[in-house]
Amino acid sequence: MAITTVPGTTRKPGRPTPSYPGPQRTGLGRKVRDNLTGHAFLIGAVLCFLVFSWYPMIRGIVMSFQRTRRGETTWVGWDNYSRIIADPSFWPAWQNTLYFTVLALVLGYAAPFFVAILLNEFRHAKGYLRILVYLPVMLPPASALYLFKFYAYDPSEAGLFNAILKALHLPTSQWMQSPEMTMPAMVLASTWMNMGGAVLIYLASLQNIPGELYEAAELDGAGIWKRIRHVTIPQTRLILALLAMIQIVATMQLFIEPLILANGAGAEDSATSVAYLIYQHGFFQNDLNGAAALGVLMLVVLAGFSAAYLRLSAKQD
Amino acid sequence: MAQDSGTRTLISSAQLRRGRGRFLYWTLLTVVVVGFTLVFLGPLYWMVTGALKSGQEIAQTPPSLFPKDPQPQNYIDAWNNLDLAKLLFNTFYYAAGAVVFQLVLDTAAAYSLSKLRPVFGNVILALMLATLMIPAMVLIVPQYVTVIDLPILHINLLDSPFAIWLPLVANAFNIFLLKRFFDSIPEELMAAALVDGATPLRTLWSIILPMSRPILGVVSIFAVTAVWKDFLWPKLVMPAPETRTVSVGIYAFAGGTPMNVVIAASVIAAIPTVIIFLIFQRNIMSGLTTGSLKG
Repeated sequence: MAITTVPGTTRKPGRPTPSYPGPQRTGLGRKVRDNLTGHAFLIGAVLCFLVFSWYPMIRGIVMSFQRTRRGETTWVGWDNYSRIIADPSFWPAWQNTLYFTVLALVLGYAAPFFVAILLNEFRHAKGYLRILVYLPVMLPPASALYLFKFYAYDPSEAGLFNAILKALHLPTSQWMQSPEMTMPAMVLASTWMNMGGAVLIYLASLQNIPGELYEAAELDGAGIWKRIRHVTIPQTRLILALLAMIQIVATMQLFIEPLILANGAGAEDSATSVAYLIYQHGFFQNDLNGAAALGVLMLVVLAGFSAAYLRLSAKQD
Repeated sequence: MAQDSGTRTLISSAQLRRGRGRFLYWTLLTVVVVGFTLVFLGPLYWMVTGALKSGQEIAQTPPSLFPKDPQPQNYIDAWNNLDLAKLLFNTFYYAAGAVVFQLVLDTAAAYSLSKLRPVFGNVILALMLATLMIPAMVLIVPQYVTVIDLPILHINLLDSPFAIWLPLVANAFNIFLLKRFFDSIPEELMAAALVDGATPLRTLWSIILPMSRPILGVVSIFAVTAVWKDFLWPKLVMPAPETRTVSVGIYAFAGGTPMNVVIAASVIAAIPTVIIFLIFQRNIMSGLTTGSLKG
């Protein structure tokens, strides 16, 4: 049993000795038996992944080619896909979702990074500012969104934003009742309630940049912008890239903002998102197969994004 | 200015202490402090006081800064009508369970993947990380179908807290964070423990975990926030009114409840986490900083 040469490991007889850092052995069963603890430790998480992640992934694809009616499941080819594409909300939903993703990238991705850089420079009130930025993240999303819906985006002049605009002698807005303002308003609310997390993560990685790099850059005559460009950004590149990916995946799933702020579809379908359409089909129109098909389409689009992204970042290296 | 122990950042402290730099620094600091207070605290103030206003006062133009005739009754109505005590208890219960399940199962898995060299360890890790690319919305339908009829066991998990706890264990980001942290613990420590005859479990418990407190804190925070912020999944798998989470509960009541009461309920729902955050913010911040999130 004992396969390590380190003395003392056989003190407890009858207990399988872990193989680390022992030599490699052939035979799968033997490997598992030799390293029982290692595999036992892994099994819980692997089972959860298997049941709630890997299996549903495959099942979603299978479901998208089936139709279940009155307990009977039949293969229907591409029927679900053609039905979901024929939904009049299909194209608006994609348009809205992509528009939201792009707007959120411009506002929600760049803003936290610059806020973090700014906060990192301050020698005072740092703790206070950090708490402020993170505070909205702590609100339940429904709470924050009702705040925006009822108070900030009130289309009359009693609303907070309209009152401010009026005081500044600027034209007021109908907010969620105007199709043009719906998306920007949703991005604003969403950025307000979510940016704290990103700011903290950036702050953490900014604090790990060695000070000598800035020192050296300054000695070479680099100004503030050059230092950001040539020291800060390269030094935080990994985390920047990771968060960009996470944010795209998150914003593509836009759901609760349209649901609460715009009661789902919004004025003239201006708020319908792909995720909302999945929800509509799956849980209101009793069309789980159509919803699964739309889910697969979403996955394909995101996989396309990821592939393009990986190619881009590979080119940069 | 000593609170940062002299670590050099983008702009040197010396530059900020002299003449123009000093002036600019203080101007910018004041602008940012005032601006951030208005942007991040202002809406919360509006929310707390707005819920105290009467229906007429809410609709008046221009809106009043202070409630003229405070109506604490709105808060009492919210507490009673929505059964907020129950909703908050549910949410805490789910969050606490999520922390326990994720800490135990994800830590064990990350430890195994990092130090114990299981068979196909790299393949398993890759498959886990691949799920990071799969948005929750894509899985929502097949996941729901799975939860209402678990494969092989044929158990229906609807309205059971396990429907929230177990899917959250399948969290590749946590496993990635934990594994990265464990990877940074030197092999020599492991070898030394082995020489002393420690089993892997003993090594984990007595050596690895005490060193990993910051990252365990981060994982716990992420677990709590995930439960707290999630909406659609708890809405689907906890359909009974008595198992709802607070976000879902407020949404369910919003249709037929006066606006002031909905906002009052939102304020009450936000209080517990805000307090928890204010108490633990130091740990949260230092956890994020030291917790292997190095870029």
